[in-house]
Amino acid sequence: MASVIVNFELCGRDVEVLVQPMTTLQSVLRSQLGYTATKEGCRQGGCGSCTVLVDGEPMLSCLLPVEDVAGRRVVTLEGITPIDGLHPIQEAFLESNGFQCGYCTPGMVMVAKALLDHDPRPSREAIAGAISGNLCRCTGYQPIIDAIEKAADRLSGSGEQTGGR
Amino acid sequence: MPQALNVVGRSVVRSDGVGHVTGRTRFAGDLVFPGMLHLKMVRSPVHHARIRGVDLGEAERVPGFVRALTWRDVPHNVYTILSLIGVEPEEEFVLAQERVRYKGEPIVAVIAETEAAALEAVAKVRLDLEELPAVFDVEEALRPGAPVVTDWGNNTFMFEGHPSRRVRLGNVEAGFARSDYIVEAVYNSSPIEQAPTETTGCVAVPEANGRYTVYTNTQALYFSLDNTAIILQIPGKRLHFVGGTVGGGFGGKVDVIVEPIATLAAMKTGRPVRYVFSRSEEMQVSSTRSAWRIYMKDGVTRDGHILARKVTSYADSGAYSRQTPYALTKHAANVAGPYAIPNVSIDAYCVYTNRTPASAMRGFGVTMGSFAVEVQMDRIAERVGVDPWTIRFINAYHNGDLRPHRKIAEDATLIETMQAAAAFVGHQLSDEQKAMTSAPRASLEGVR
Repeated sequence: MASVIVNFELCGRDVEVLVQPMTTLQSVLRSQLGYTATKEGCRQGGCGSCTVLVDGEPMLSCLLPVEDVAGRRVVTLEGITPIDGLHPIQEAFLESNGFQCGYCTPGMVMVAKALLDHDPRPSREAIAGAISGNLCRCTGYQPIIDAIEKAADRLSGSGEQTGGR
Repeated sequence: MPQALNVVGRSVVRSDGVGHVTGRTRFAGDLVFPGMLHLKMVRSPVHHARIRGVDLGEAERVPGFVRALTWRDVPHNVYTILSLIGVEPEEEFVLAQERVRYKGEPIVAVIAETEAAALEAVAKVRLDLEELPAVFDVEEALRPGAPVVTDWGNNTFMFEGHPSRRVRLGNVEAGFARSDYIVEAVYNSSPIEQAPTETTGCVAVPEANGRYTVYTNTQALYFSLDNTAIILQIPGKRLHFVGGTVGGGFGGKVDVIVEPIATLAAMKTGRPVRYVFSRSEEMQVSSTRSAWRIYMKDGVTRDGHILARKVTSYADSGAYSRQTPYALTKHAANVAGPYAIPNVSIDAYCVYTNRTPASAMRGFGVTMGSFAVEVQMDRIAERVGVDPWTIRFINAYHNGDLRPHRKIAEDATLIETMQAAAAFVGHQLSDEQKAMTSAPRASLEGVR
């Protein structure tokens, strides 16, 4: 099959990639563009470690043909990390030990970002619901929920918007 | 004078924490090198078969195919992980030779320019297999006439000339004869997959100085390095293993599975080679916690003292032994539990079956033993007519007690742990239980 050119916005910059049809966004991010914060725990939509934001919505990049994001805005964990320091969600994960091995963390942070953008003061139940598609095998989920709750307190307490770059 | 503590009692930010929350931590599978090739494995679709032939013709014509590796390419194809600590015999095949002994056993490694080409070529390798009867149960595997998994005519691993890891203390039959109750039960467990979020994998990179740098997510860096050196028959100094970042392991990344064949592929092609399991490989072929069957028979007095314990345990090692002999040694040392029992007899068997090889997982050998012991203690309590706390205080070991495997206990803490646990859950202990300690007994009579 002939390759196709796909243009989209990635973390605030325009990118153009040449891909075989049906190549996943995950594969393009990791193998072509070097954006490896997006993980690949299962490549079948089961673990959530590849979650990215597409036009602000959390999506599983392992199930998403990159042609589907043509002309759209993609944000990965690289895109919410400031040049200096950390995003408040990242700070909260660090302080609450919302990770152990770190492999599910990028997906968890991206889901948290999408949640807090839509619902700045979510209940613990809403947080649990938001991360229900993201598997963690190390910590258990309580420290992760604690981290997202802490991030929500800080972001809404200071009136700061969670909008990243 | 107490030492000034700088870290104990304080929260310390982990050194890898910023990397984890920013996604800058480099996991082995994140690495990309110029000219990197991809390795995928042709695996057995059945549990047990004789290999009559392997046809690579169609696979070799897939665009992007670079080469395939079979057992003939592996310098030392039969190994055992624990040979490093003197365990024999070598019995696991890096790539299957004349037989496959479990579903998913690697047969041919395919190396290609892209992952897609490697997968396509794998799909086009034709296997001619003569399927054989398979065995999946430890006791069936030990019966005469059972399908034989190994090359030595039975399914038993030998521990220094004995078919089981044995522990003997006192005389269990005499203990049973003096007992008021006999409590017997069998405990079974299934294999458990560790299921780390990051799958097993590595990248092997040939260096200009003739060495190979292997970026791996193994939990056992030097075990993997040494076994790779043995399998490839090269000095260890030609291997530089880089690791320590593991996206979840829980014991599932202790074996030596991807590094030897990826390094061999790098040697044969002169290019970096990436070999990372798919999720289905992680679930089907990475080793599990073994399945166990544990028979336990206890002789107990009317007042709750256990006089004798006889245990026969079978660990299902699957097709190869890997770390299971070590698990059985730990099991045999621990399956009497943290209790003072004067007469003990333990036989723990490592049994080969056609299941996925089992190996390490959190406390392996001890975990299932402890499950059996503690459920057994509850059964004994019920039989004697005391509560589950009391039966454990009655039988708790003390410092100075001789353990069944001939160690003198020096760090007994069962009594203190139970006292703390009772406080946590609001259980009222008797005054006698509250006053107990693990300090050595005034008299060892009846214990030794």
